[in-house]
Amino acid sequence: MRLKVRILYFASIREKLGRDSEEIDLPADVATIAALRTHLRARGGAWADALAEGKLLRAAVNQDMAQPAAAIKAGDEVAFFPPVTGG
Amino acid sequence: MRISVQTEDFDLGAEVKAISGNPKIGAVASFVGLVRDVAMTLEHYPGMTERAIAKIVDEAKSRWQVIDCAVIHRYGALQPNDQIVMVAVASGHRGDAFAACEFIMDYLKTQAPFWKKEQTEEGTRWVEAKAEDDKAAERWPDVRGLIPVKRPPSAMG
Repeated sequence: MRLKVRILYFASIREKLGRDSEEIDLPADVATIAALRTHLRARGGAWADALAEGKLLRAAVNQDMAQPAAAIKAGDEVAFFPPVTGG
Repeated sequence: MRISVQTEDFDLGAEVKAISGNPKIGAVASFVGLVRDVAMTLEHYPGMTERAIAKIVDEAKSRWQVIDCAVIHRYGALQPNDQIVMVAVASGHRGDAFAACEFIMDYLKTQAPFWKKEQTEEGTRWVEAKAEDDKAAERWPDVRGLIPVKRPPSAMG
């Protein structure tokens, strides 16, 4: 059984990346939201742009808002999105 | 308690009536948000949206007397003057109803995963989050279970 995380992208992030979700094997050294963001950013191109350091992004783990230091593990659903603008 | 994320319009009067049946209720405060000026499309995160709203309502219930409430938020394509969101809170007295209604709206603005994309004549653009929305949410002290957008000052005034 492979250990995967499901990653969802919303709004401007989804558009920049040209996809709304993916599943990846969680690298052994990626244990937090911040580390996952760095890992994805290292893909370069649109990823480096959409997830650029300093860009204001929000994240959720298993559908709860989460801080960059929040832990993630295989089987989690992680989402990246811009600050919300509902209401 | 009714939470709905839907494309269809809603009827505030009917929703208020539906949460007003308990004879202990002496006050219902409600808010309706409308689309201003430009057509837009609202995207959301199905599943998380309902969960986030439920957490905000739970937090309101832990602070004020909330006998019943209804929160409805629309998504999809909306035109100027369309209704986007409504919050109605039924309580014993108006103080709790007003406060809980305003709290739910303030937190919904910063915690519920919705994103607005406006359609203008020049094209489409994602609406940027407003710092004043963060400030509105931050003025409620000691919110447990919800993550403030920024850490509020350690001492309130």
